[in-house]
Amino acid sequence: MSSTVPSAVRRPRRARGRIGGHGWVAPVLLILPTVIVIGVFVYGLIGSNIHTSLQDRHNIGPSQGFAGLENYRDLFTDDDFIYSLRNLLLYTATFLVGTLCLGFLWAWLLERKARGESLFRAIYLFPMAVSFVASGVVWRWLLNNAEGDRASGLNRLFGTLHLDFLQNPWWTNERWGILAIAVPAIWQLSGYVMALFLAGFRGIPEELREAARMDGASEWQLYRHVIFPQLSPVALSAIIIIGHMSLKVFDLIMAIAGQTNYTTQVPATQMWIEFTRGDYAKSAAIGTILLVIVAILIVPYLVSTYRQERRR
Amino acid sequence: MNATRKALAAGLAALSLLAVSACGSDSESGSTDEVEVFTWWAEGSEKAGLDALVKVFDEQNPDLKFVNGAVAGGAGSDAKNVLQSRLQNGEPPATFQAHAGAELTDYINAGQIEDLTDLYEEKGWNEQFPEGLLERLTQDGGIYSVPSNIHRANVMWANPAVLEKAGIEANKTYDSLDAWIADLKKIKAKGIIPLSIATDWTQVHLLETVLLADLGAEAYNGLWDGTTDWGGSEVEAALEDYSTLLSLTNTDRQGLDWPDATQLVIDGQAAYNVMGDWAEAAFQEQKKTLNTDYTAVPVPGTDGVFDFLADSFTMPVDGPNAAGTEAWLETIASDEGQVAFNKAKGSIPASTTADTADFGEYQQTAIKSWSEDEIVSSLAHGAATSVNWLTDVTAAVAKFGSNNDVAELQEGLVEAAEDNKPE
Repeated sequence: MSSTVPSAVRRPRRARGRIGGHGWVAPVLLILPTVIVIGVFVYGLIGSNIHTSLQDRHNIGPSQGFAGLENYRDLFTDDDFIYSLRNLLLYTATFLVGTLCLGFLWAWLLERKARGESLFRAIYLFPMAVSFVASGVVWRWLLNNAEGDRASGLNRLFGTLHLDFLQNPWWTNERWGILAIAVPAIWQLSGYVMALFLAGFRGIPEELREAARMDGASEWQLYRHVIFPQLSPVALSAIIIIGHMSLKVFDLIMAIAGQTNYTTQVPATQMWIEFTRGDYAKSAAIGTILLVIVAILIVPYLVSTYRQERRR
Repeated sequence: MNATRKALAAGLAALSLLAVSACGSDSESGSTDEVEVFTWWAEGSEKAGLDALVKVFDEQNPDLKFVNGAVAGGAGSDAKNVLQSRLQNGEPPATFQAHAGAELTDYINAGQIEDLTDLYEEKGWNEQFPEGLLERLTQDGGIYSVPSNIHRANVMWANPAVLEKAGIEANKTYDSLDAWIADLKKIKAKGIIPLSIATDWTQVHLLETVLLADLGAEAYNGLWDGTTDWGGSEVEAALEDYSTLLSLTNTDRQGLDWPDATQLVIDGQAAYNVMGDWAEAAFQEQKKTLNTDYTAVPVPGTDGVFDFLADSFTMPVDGPNAAGTEAWLETIASDEGQVAFNKAKGSIPASTTADTADFGEYQQTAIKSWSEDEIVSSLAHGAATSVNWLTDVTAAVAKFGSNNDVAELQEGLVEAAEDNKPE
């Protein structure tokens, strides 16, 4: 997405020469609909959301006046909101580490010319084609927390394999329950990260490796000094993509645990509950907080890629 | 080649614009003979009930056209969100479904629905609905909806075969929760699930019946108008009982919905289930016979009390077709409408004049209780409190389900009451 920004900036300059004096008219007309639509539906609505979050509007009636930052203050003194932020942090960390490790491992294995590469690539990438809601329905069953006789899903599997000690309450555990939600998320997106890394590996010219080997680099040194540096932009992209998806997690939790379940509460599900009961100010405040959290991750990345593109 | 591609792109763009504008103008085209009825009754016995109602409506009003505005999903929460955005944009349906009672508070305070008191007077509905119900429907001195049916929430379903296996008399009745809990423990000792339960709202449902059993009808009613102290020792004792009961349920409750929990009783994996009488439809669908394959009695300690909830229809302010709305409400209140709808949905008529002679066996017992028992309002189903209060209670109960801290549950309930107490 980021690469389209500079090229859009560059294009009018080229067009000017051809069309002449009013060369800016056509390009401006061309991008005007997009600018208006994005202006209204993205930035306009963000503004309206922030405006709502500053109001005293806690039921379906009209606003009772300006509340300032009170809604935010309420949220950050609310134990349940802190708990859901903590859940979000745990989930994001697990999801990121899980997909990066698995994705890299698979890419590395395929890179080493594993037989049946295209088959494995398809198998690993396939889960991404399934929506979170659809896979959530299946994982809801797999992650059933009944143990012993009534166990189903994974707990049942562990039972039949005589690995009873592995049976656990999954997402209903108060402290670690949210990590169970990360399992299907990792299953779903590791293949995507693998594809990213595989592309990264393929982008490294064979000559570089040969040159390194000629210089007497060991296999580890080859990875440490040649391949890993080349892969770091890929890793960064993967972190940004997975990271922002993870911060917005909602559908997977709704499909597996439902909206009111306490142990899997994250800001997005809380926002939905508040919105449904008509507490518009509070849900808008949660939405703004989520936006800020995602921005903290995304904006530095956008800035750095923009700078890189300009330098080129 | 390039030119055709450009033309194609332009055509596509124009088409998409057209599609957008077509969506926008859709709502203005409603002519006055259309009556849009907004519900979340999209499947199962609810859909069957709505269809039966529409049949009666068409017969009574051949010149009006019924438009189904049902929005499926989310146990009604999706529909409520759609409805709210339509009400706020000044595009209300002719009438919409809502639980009768305090759930309407938000709509009333926001000035979104009409006071129907005069209509009740005019149509003689005051004589037709029982006084206790009218009392519960009245808010701020007015009545804002017409009830289509009555459900009972405090019903205990049991599987006699399972009870026998555990050495308990099949038709045994209990005067109090304590006696019941003692038997539940015996059942647990046999390795059977004593009491089946499902996700959060069914836990709120159980808590509501426990409060009713331990506090009695009067003190239970007091919880909603502020005369009973949520922080008191009586409530604490009830919460202790609730905690004990929850420890006697299936551990995978968070992953189940109410039909799954009822199914455990039907299949003989669990002995008891506390659920509203819409569960009757589940037993009937599987060809079970009352008092042989299953029993349905009031929850221990709540005999003589009818914990009620009702669906009802409203008249939105500035609706598109006031005459049509009135016609729909009249169909709802009419005896034909009440009988047709409730026979299909498995509930009982709210009107006392409806002929219920050919209703099912369970429904007959409910009809009898409805006319004799003391009536209280259900918490879990929108009759006793506003949506806000219920949401706070549900959050506290959901939290309790994972940490089992009675003190914290009570604190949460006290807070919910303080935040939402009616002025």
